Amino acid sequence: MQTNFTSAQLADPHMAASEKILRSCVHCGFCTATCPTYLLLGDELDSPRGRIYLIKDMLEGGKPATAEVVKHIDRCLSCLSCMTTCPSGVHYMHLVDHARAHIEQTYKRDATDRLLRALLAHILPYRNRFRLALGAALFAKPFRPLLAHLPRVGKRLAAMVALAPPRSPAVTAEPAPLTRADRRRVAILEGCAQPVLQPAINAAARRLLARADIEVVRVAEEGCCGALVHHMGREAQALEFARRNIDAWITAIDQQGIEAIIITASGCGTTVKDYGFMLRDDPLYAEKARRVSALTCDITEFLDRLDLPAVSTAPKRAVAYHSACSMQHGQQIRDEPKRLLRNAGFTVRDVPEGHICCGSAGVYNILQPEIAGRLRDRKVGNIERLRPDIIATGNIGCITQIGGGTAIPVVHTVELLDWAHGGPMPPALERAPGLNSRVVQFPLA
Amino acid sequence: MSSIAFPTPDPAILARRDDIIAGLAALLPPECLVTSEDERRAFETDALTAYRRLPLAVALPRNTAEVAAVMAFCHREGVKIVPRGAGTSLAGGAIPQEDAVVIGVSKLNRILSVDYANRTARVEAGVTNLSISDAVMPDGFFYAPDPSSQLACTIAGNIGMNSGGAHCLKYGVTINNILGVKMVLIDGTVVDIGGQALDPAGLDLLGLIVGSEGQLGIVTEATVRLLRLAEGARPVLFGFDSSEAAGECVAAIIGAGIVPVAMEFMDKPAIEICEAFAKAGYPLDVEAMLIVEVEGSEEEMEAQLARICEIARRYGVKVVKESRSATETALIWKGRKSAFGATGRVADYICMDGTVPTSQLPYVLKRTGEIVASYGLRVANVFHAGDGNMHPLILYNVNDPAEQAKAEAAGNDILRLCVDAGGCLTGEHGVGIEKRDLMRHQFSEVDLTQQMRVRAVFDGRWLLNPAKVFPLDGRIAA
Ligand SMILES: Cc1cc2nc3c(=O)[nH]c(=O)nc-3n(C[C@H](O)[C@H](O)[C@H](O)COP(=O)(O)OP(=O)(O)OC[C@H]3O[C@@H](n4cnc5c(N)ncnc54)[C@H](O)[C@@H]3O)c2cc1C
Ligand code: SF4
Ligand code: SF4
Ligand code: SF4
Repeated sequence: MQTNFTSAQLADPHMAASEKILRSCVHCGFCTATCPTYLLLGDELDSPRGRIYLIKDMLEGGKPATAEVVKHIDRCLSCLSCMTTCPSGVHYMHLVDHARAHIEQTYKRDATDRLLRALLAHILPYRNRFRLALGAALFAKPFRPLLAHLPRVGKRLAAMVALAPPRSPAVTAEPAPLTRADRRRVAILEGCAQPVLQPAINAAARRLLARADIEVVRVAEEGCCGALVHHMGREAQALEFARRNIDAWITAIDQQGIEAIIITASGCGTTVKDYGFMLRDDPLYAEKARRVSALTCDITEFLDRLDLPAVSTAPKRAVAYHSACSMQHGQQIRDEPKRLLRNAGFTVRDVPEGHICCGSAGVYNILQPEIAGRLRDRKVGNIERLRPDIIATGNIGCITQIGGGTAIPVVHTVELLDWAHGGPMPPALERAPGLNSRVVQFPLA
Repeated sequence: MSSIAFPTPDPAILARRDDIIAGLAALLPPECLVTSEDERRAFETDALTAYRRLPLAVALPRNTAEVAAVMAFCHREGVKIVPRGAGTSLAGGAIPQEDAVVIGVSKLNRILSVDYANRTARVEAGVTNLSISDAVMPDGFFYAPDPSSQLACTIAGNIGMNSGGAHCLKYGVTINNILGVKMVLIDGTVVDIGGQALDPAGLDLLGLIVGSEGQLGIVTEATVRLLRLAEGARPVLFGFDSSEAAGECVAAIIGAGIVPVAMEFMDKPAIEICEAFAKAGYPLDVEAMLIVEVEGSEEEMEAQLARICEIARRYGVKVVKESRSATETALIWKGRKSAFGATGRVADYICMDGTVPTSQLPYVLKRTGEIVASYGLRVANVFHAGDGNMHPLILYNVNDPAEQAKAEAAGNDILRLCVDAGGCLTGEHGVGIEKRDLMRHQFSEVDLTQQMRVRAVFDGRWLLNPAKVFPLDGRIAA
């Protein structure tokens, strides 16, 4: 597309990067057809092509964001389905990140919106604060209907509380790390929300790696990857998180020789893989960020490269595999998780309309509960048509979101793999009525 | 850019903008009406982005009744209307004008009913072309016309442009696959045209509606024909040493009375662009390639392929490569159907749509290359060769006004070449604004006048999509 930036505007590297992205868009409209919000709303302004146009106009004009533009950008899930579809290779993710930062700097949201966003940005990325808040949310659960009636924020607060798991998760014991000089070493991102909500996921990943004689190095200083705040346009906070993680991992790479940074939440994976771009103009961090991004991989990518022993006792459980947007669109990982599940003996079924988001999308389900709810119902409907025993996915957000709409247990892919390879049954299956009694002897090995 | 003129907006309408918007707001809920400048901006163009006009307002009605109410209102107020589907027109068919209300049918996106016994489906006009096939594919059916934009373009737009696609060689274009439409006339009257079967009694009004580029009314529903999926289908890639040889081979296959389901042409620049995107296994060491698809039972496919191979050998085919799996087939078509978008990775482009008799393909291909080179530009050719529907993509830099002018001039030369070679201006993309001023090269004044007289029966005041199709001067009134 034609663009109209002045050379002064293009001197700003952010602007130059966005201009390049806009130039590559040919306005063919292909992306509209696979955009979840366009499917629901039927308005080009809530489609990628429309949003790209809004962003183009806003950036070219050097204008502060208007309420109209903010409305449509806020409705974007950042699911990146549009990037998978686009034949021209338009990097929508970097464009919308730029737009969100611009909105954060130039637009004043109303007081309740600011409060809600500040709450999320100050609680979710911090494990301890989040743990406390979760306690409060559990306490608040019975009051949800009341909350929903609070003017303006009510629906969104209720949505937040609804996402809290039904009980405070127990911390499972993990195998003690053994150190041996010749062992392969990796780090696993602990991050923020996931270890609090579902500690069983990383525990399962560790057991799988331990069986392959791979040591998981503890990197104490790491924390939230920054994705949550990045999607809210809080760029400075996101970059601060990124730098802290990079420092921690570079030390681990240089001193402990880790060969990979493994991520078990694809939402985080997309962001950590993007550190190299996010910090490209930071002279102190650009190179380190690139190194970190290059070593980052999803747990299923890593396991797929290992020679996991075949599982002889086929579990015969039908698994609906839900590919998180951050997995299939953000990281273009499609076949590895399904291949691993099949090799572990599960029957894997593809979900119809599988390219469409479940509505989780970071904190989207809290900020836009209405659209998120419609997307969840659509997703659950598509999954339940398959009549699976279990739903597997690779992202904590999807687990919580989909789990809130169906009685079928939702688990992380690695929990199933660990179980098939001799680990404990995933906690969600133990809780599922009917299922645990049928499969209690599995695996036989 | 500006070599194609738009009519001067009517100052009286612009002055009444607030009243007009208030009138529309009384008919539609806020989420169905776009009025702020920021938001209207996103509707200022379609896939011919070099031309842009900010509309007065955009209405996104949810059903036929709302479309009718908005049209009756606009008619009463003398406000122009530009119908819009998905806005993927390459001819600028959906580009607005400043004194017009865009009526978009994107919220009319449901499949209403499917009737396998009679092999029809009734759909709202805003459903995308591909979603019809997606819905009936599990039961072994499909909707045949397959524009490369089928993922996104709507049945409404397909009807507007009488769109075609790769597989139309065998199955016909939109007009051959639409059985009936529900249409809102300019004054808000709702009419049903056609029926449940091909060729209903009475005047063939459907033939008039399909391809009328939004100038006769707004289509809100359509009954489409469903076909049974063939037993098997297999695309085969044929690589040649020159574009002319590939063109001659096409002419010879058609000349021998063979009708494959699809016969697509790509020259070297197009092959390289598409292969980089789709990794479909296209041969990179040839100058031109044909994708020929055959279908039917295994024996039928073998028999047809044998005859095609025999002809291809006579024209010095260098590479013959059959698809061996469903995945390969999907990739081969993904590459072809993404051709225009993927071209966006290397340059801006305008896409021509002239059609010539297949016997003229080698000559026109050669002349096209010469014309574009004489303007100092590059060209990539990727098109529906079986029906002679050429799509030279003229590559240029849209941020450079001089190149824009050269690209347009080269495009006009190519379209004239097509007409002079016994063909026509448009195979499937429609006239829109893009080819409007070339209409006189193809049609005599008498022809054009007769066409406008038919048009005037539906819209005597030129309110419906008036900037398009007919040259701006010499228009006749009712
Ligand atoms: C990458 C790419 C590839 C393409 N490939 C092909 C191809 O292979 N074959 C092909 O034929 N075309 C192709 N096209 C062109 C385009 O997709 C078609 O013309 C398509 O039919 C337009 O559909 P739309 O829904 O986008 O309609 P729009 O572009 O919105 O409108 C098209 C025309 O129809 C009119 N119209 C829209 N809605 C209505 C309605 N409800 N009632 C009456 N009139 C209406 C509009 O006013 C306009 O004149 C391609 C376009 C792109 C961008
Ligand atoms: S598919 Fe890509 S090139 Fe086409 S409109 Fe969308 S972003 Fe632009
Ligand atoms: S990221 Fe998802 S929601 Fe946002 S524009 Fe792209 S497809 Fe639509
Ligand atoms: S993606 Fe989410 S859960 Fe993961 S570390 Fe980042 S912010 Fe935390």
